[in-house]
Amino acid sequence: MSVLTIEGVWKNFDGHHVLRGIDLEVHSHEVVCLIGASGSGKSTLLRCVNLLETVDDGAVYLEGQEITDPRADVDDVRKRIGTVFQAYNLFPHMSVLDNITLAPRQVHGIGRREAEEQARGLLGRFGLADKAEAYPDRLSGGQQQRVAIIRALATQPRLMLLDEVTSALDPALVREVLGVIRELKDTGMTMILTTHEMGFCRDIADTVCFLDDGVLVEKGTPEKIFTDPGHPRTRDFLSTVLESGRF
Amino acid sequence: MTTAWVKSGRQVERERVRKSRARRSASVATASTIIFLLLIAGVVVNAPGWPRVQETFFSPEHFVRALPDVLEGFMLNVKIFLIAEPLILVIGLLLALVRGLKAPVFFPLRALAIFYVDFFRGIPTLLLIYLIGFGLPALNLQGIPSDAPTLGIIALTLSYSAYVAEVFRSGIESIHPSQVASARSLGLSHAKTMRFVVVPQATRRVVPPLLNDFISLQKDTSLVATIGAVEALRAAQIHAAKTFNYTSYLVAALLFILLTIPMARFTDYLAARTQRRRGA
Repeated sequence: MSVLTIEGVWKNFDGHHVLRGIDLEVHSHEVVCLIGASGSGKSTLLRCVNLLETVDDGAVYLEGQEITDPRADVDDVRKRIGTVFQAYNLFPHMSVLDNITLAPRQVHGIGRREAEEQARGLLGRFGLADKAEAYPDRLSGGQQQRVAIIRALATQPRLMLLDEVTSALDPALVREVLGVIRELKDTGMTMILTTHEMGFCRDIADTVCFLDDGVLVEKGTPEKIFTDPGHPRTRDFLSTVLESGRF
Repeated sequence: MTTAWVKSGRQVERERVRKSRARRSASVATASTIIFLLLIAGVVVNAPGWPRVQETFFSPEHFVRALPDVLEGFMLNVKIFLIAEPLILVIGLLLALVRGLKAPVFFPLRALAIFYVDFFRGIPTLLLIYLIGFGLPALNLQGIPSDAPTLGIIALTLSYSAYVAEVFRSGIESIHPSQVASARSLGLSHAKTMRFVVVPQATRRVVPPLLNDFISLQKDTSLVATIGAVEALRAAQIHAAKTFNYTSYLVAALLFILLTIPMARFTDYLAARTQRRRGA
């Protein structure tokens, strides 16, 4: 079943076209990896899906409903999507527990006790049980990012968007965050993630999409994209990545 | 295996030098302060006319006589302050929030908030107190208060809420857009994003400038004297007029200072705490 359908999406900022007619379909339990150079439009595409940006043309459907319709209820759409950002964006004035329970309590109407129980369960599962009362600035980058993932997860989204969630972390912390994402995949979560970690991408993705200058150049299984890319631009990009030692 | 640390002779010598230097600095500072104060006191007390200055401004006798009346008047200042302050906070925050509303329905409200701030911030506080204090009762409308303290509270609230609204607005605008993006991504509405994410953080940031405005307000409560309320300044003035001695003004000044100094230290403390937390 299709969770998300992107149809001919265009987006420009001040006349510069960041997305040029992107088509993409994401099925239930599928993990889609967006790769491409910085500025290729990966993050913008994710921001168009959770409506932080309005598209200039085309349409996005979430579970069959057109969410790019101006009459769509933005808050209701976002309730069903969990988003994790590169810079974590935790709320610095709230404890870890409050960060996680804010949306379940205020958006989904779950009682405090139930929300906290659920949050503690998630924290325990991802090795952060002793951090429930801590404030974000007392945590390492990896811990903060894991909390951010749990916060998005706590609303039980149908789809998760992870935008370069490891880019701000050192290698040891990258591994602990990637471990969490792998566990999400094992639970059957539908995800779209943008990443520069090609090894991880190859490992976890069901589908890899290569974006270049706002165009979805090539799409396929990781084996296909990484061993036998069909497009010269994909090949160029992968060889650059290879040279920089990120693969 | 770890080796226990035994202080080396070099380090012991270093610490001895540091300690003796610190002791010397402290004694030099103490001595110079004492000499400085003695000099000033000597110059002032030996200046021609000092007895008259002492009698006019620092008379213990007049101090004791004026204190009860001025203190009673000062209680009115405190009362005006305590009532005006919460009103100012609430109205100021509301104005700031209204200015942040983006939906077209709220355009008239937003325009009104902008006009309010422009208008009341642009008028001298004293003029506003005259306008409200003499103007409102002159309307002879039913239900309009006519006692000076209440009218003063209204005028001060109008004036200061305009300032405080701008303080809150700058605090709200200083919160990084990524905080809003992440709250909205969790499905929180604009109102809930403001309530749980933006305003709590903004308020923490604007506490020092807000306290600064409060100190200013504490003093400006004395402007209400001009429309007939007998507060500290007016009580002191009455005393001075009766006795031709100005010690009563000094009493009033002292009372204001006693109120504002703790507030100022509290502001410093909060600022230092924020600094510490950032550094940690």
